[in-house]
Amino acid sequence: MTIVWVIAAVMLTAAAFITMFRLLAGPSTLDRLVALDTLVAVTMCAIGTWAAFSLDTTVTYGLTALALISFVGSVSVARFRVPDTDKPDAVRKQR
Amino acid sequence: MSALDIVTAVLVLGGSTLALTAAIGVVRFPDTLTRMHAATKPQVLGLLLVLVGAAIRLRGHADVGMVILTGLFTVITAPVVANRVGQLAYREQNIRDDLLTKDEMLEFAENRESGGDDQN
Repeated sequence: MTIVWVIAAVMLTAAAFITMFRLLAGPSTLDRLVALDTLVAVTMCAIGTWAAFSLDTTVTYGLTALALISFVGSVSVARFRVPDTDKPDAVRKQR
Repeated sequence: MSALDIVTAVLVLGGSTLALTAAIGVVRFPDTLTRMHAATKPQVLGLLLVLVGAAIRLRGHADVGMVILTGLFTVITAPVVANRVGQLAYREQNIRDDLLTKDEMLEFAENRESGGDDQN
């Protein structure tokens, strides 16, 4: 059973680091928002895996809090952000 | 190692794999809408798999309800965020037209402009 937890931890860590690349690279705010959502989901996966590994239920409240806070954060950013002006050429196509 | 342990292991590993594919998709795909496509679906499904695995392993504890509540909140809130972000990305032309096979919002807008020929 130990090998299962190790494999899950390695995959989740790799997922978090790969997602952080998109979070840093952009190019637009929405890309960062999507990456942030993915990062929070990966974090929640990791907390759930930790709860299953350690049989410690105190972190489950953190899971619920993260689910709600990430929703409020994403909707707030989508609602109140300032639109980007300098987009790269690849995505600045007029319809 | 009981049968439930094996089920837990399969669920947690499946969830972790889906989270990894979501991360790879977010980095590799070319524009915002395809990144959302890569991020949202494996993210929700992977999280649900991990949560089910955790709930099976934590069976009998009083706090399993919080795990189930988390899954419920995720399923409820993910479509709202996806809707808002997708609409913003479309409105700001932050997408690649050549990757769209069908643009129903454009057809709808054109239908409206030409004033009429509403099929519904």
